[in-house]
Amino acid sequence: MNEQQIRAMVADALAEIAPEVDVGAVDDSSDLRQALDLDSMDFLNLVIALSQRTGCQIPEADYPKLYNLKNMAAYFAD
Amino acid sequence: MNGQDTADASGHVYDIIVKDRAARGPAPHLDDYRRVCAEFSWESARAMLTGLPGGGLNIAHEAVDRHAAGPRAERVALRWLGRSGARRTLSYRELRAETNRFANALVALGVQPGERVFVLAGRVLELYVAVLGAFKAGAVVCPLFSAFGPEPLATRMTLGDARVLVTTDTLYARKVASLRERLPGLRHVILLTESGAPAGVPGTHDWSTLLAECSTDFEIVPTNADSIALLHFTSGTTGRPKGALHAHGAVLTHHVTGHYVLDLHDDDVFWCTADPGWVTGMSYGIIAPLSNGVTNLVVEAEFDAQTWYGVLQDEAISVWYTAPTAIRMMMKLGLEALAAYCLPRLRFMASVGEPLNPEAVVWAMQAFGMPFHDNWWQTETGGIMIGNFAAQDVKPGSMGRPIPGIEAAIVKRSTGGAIEIIGDPDVEGELALRRGWPSLMRDYLHEHERYEKCFAGEWYLSGDLARRDADGYFWFVGRADDVIKSAGHLIGPFEVESALMEHPAVAEVGVIGKPDPMAGEVVKAFVALKAGFAPSDELRKQLLGHARKRLGAAVAPREIAFRENLPKTRSGKIMRRLLRARELGLPEGDLSTLESDER
Repeated sequence: MNEQQIRAMVADALAEIAPEVDVGAVDDSSDLRQALDLDSMDFLNLVIALSQRTGCQIPEADYPKLYNLKNMAAYFAD
Repeated sequence: MNGQDTADASGHVYDIIVKDRAARGPAPHLDDYRRVCAEFSWESARAMLTGLPGGGLNIAHEAVDRHAAGPRAERVALRWLGRSGARRTLSYRELRAETNRFANALVALGVQPGERVFVLAGRVLELYVAVLGAFKAGAVVCPLFSAFGPEPLATRMTLGDARVLVTTDTLYARKVASLRERLPGLRHVILLTESGAPAGVPGTHDWSTLLAECSTDFEIVPTNADSIALLHFTSGTTGRPKGALHAHGAVLTHHVTGHYVLDLHDDDVFWCTADPGWVTGMSYGIIAPLSNGVTNLVVEAEFDAQTWYGVLQDEAISVWYTAPTAIRMMMKLGLEALAAYCLPRLRFMASVGEPLNPEAVVWAMQAFGMPFHDNWWQTETGGIMIGNFAAQDVKPGSMGRPIPGIEAAIVKRSTGGAIEIIGDPDVEGELALRRGWPSLMRDYLHEHERYEKCFAGEWYLSGDLARRDADGYFWFVGRADDVIKSAGHLIGPFEVESALMEHPAVAEVGVIGKPDPMAGEVVKAFVALKAGFAPSDELRKQLLGHARKRLGAAVAPREIAFRENLPKTRSGKIMRRLLRARELGLPEGDLSTLESDER
């Protein structure tokens, strides 16, 4: 999955969790939690949504790899 | 005690955790519960504090200056770990100098004793300096949570008559700048920046410029045990947030509970994970550890289980005070995640914010070789009132026993404002405390009548339902009102409902706490729409975004459901209790006041 696809997927997932945010305004290395005012529950819900959309099991230990869009793209690349 | 069992509400049975008397570390301060309780008095405990040189009492003197003037002067008071790996420390001597600078800055700005200084920032060192410096200047400190949206901020700054706000350039631009017109009493905004360079925003002061001109000498403004020091907003079922006022005398409770409950010893490195935007982060993330003269760790980053394990190990934390939501997230991560870490210094772990489920207490035995010690208190009580102690057996799921100096009882309210004390064990009732401890709130700001309603004679009524067992351990049962507890934060349904009511499509709203395995409860809103609006997924998202923008993620609903009509009483009051019972599939209870039912 490339970065553009990741952005679209994250935007789609966040439309359910935090509809007020603009994922387009976030640069790819910013921590999404700070850039978008997401709290830990939001983040947890985002991970669950991404897991459902990609069909990937995401173990808790991998959560730190999902804090920004760049790392997310790398994580879901394979 | 060995061999006895305890059972939780679902009938699960957990073994009592019996303490190994030869456990690692120094002998616990509270070695013999009965003896210490019998010998304790708040009057004699006052000797644990120093008092101002000319008489009187000030939190900052107890937390900073008395240590800076003694053998602890060069000890690290605050050790800060930045989000991006930066580290800074302030010794007690340096902390005295910095807090003196800020106190001088407030005086130079014309801030009078008793005026309110609000703080709104993440966990940065300047926040700690501002809080303690404001105490020195005799100002009243009011912390705000940085994840609040503009509405909760405006409400609190208006109710609290904010004179000064210390915040960051980012938070100011995002949340405060648009509120300035609504806050005519807010004379001074002082901005912190990540780089330390001036932000140069019109209508604000720069922290670094302001402090650079100020002396590091300051004589603490005369305050005494009854001078108001803190304003903490907390949520009730109805109406606006309540502003609980606390006096400088509260520092005695903070000190005593740091000593007896958190068992702080001279060489401890202490970490309280709570944010200083809430009462736990103020009482135990700032005041209690510093008053006890230990090294206090401040971690800027948000929760991340593996980062936290790394912090516990690398910073050699010996006493750790955290919260159930975080503990449950660690449990989810599993024991393997902890295997790579070595925590030989860790000696005592405590938890607060909401009742800690027994599974988590027992899990900690496997994970850390010691239990989490749950304890109970509220914004109004100012400090820990009931707790599990280092040298005492732990019954998983119980909040423990009253601290020395506190008498707790289970009571039943009867008509005419009187109460009846329930003497028999294992009977549910309201948890009450006999007044007379120093950190009991002194009033609700501008709402003395509401304050009076918290008392029946000599007893403070907590609004929490609990029971006491035959051994004197207390067990949390539930709230007596509709207040929601999410991730340890108290949320008033009225505040959430008001924000949703501002949306043009909304006719009525009822907000409840829906049980959640991770956060305890999450906020769920039931919405009925005005004529001309139809429920749709699009509108639901619009309302969600509307609420989050105004309230911030910590307070806004996670779930919104549409109804044609909400259940109401004859007077038009929405019956949240009924919405909640139906959501949870519980008995609906007394429906005699129901006038208009849910559709």
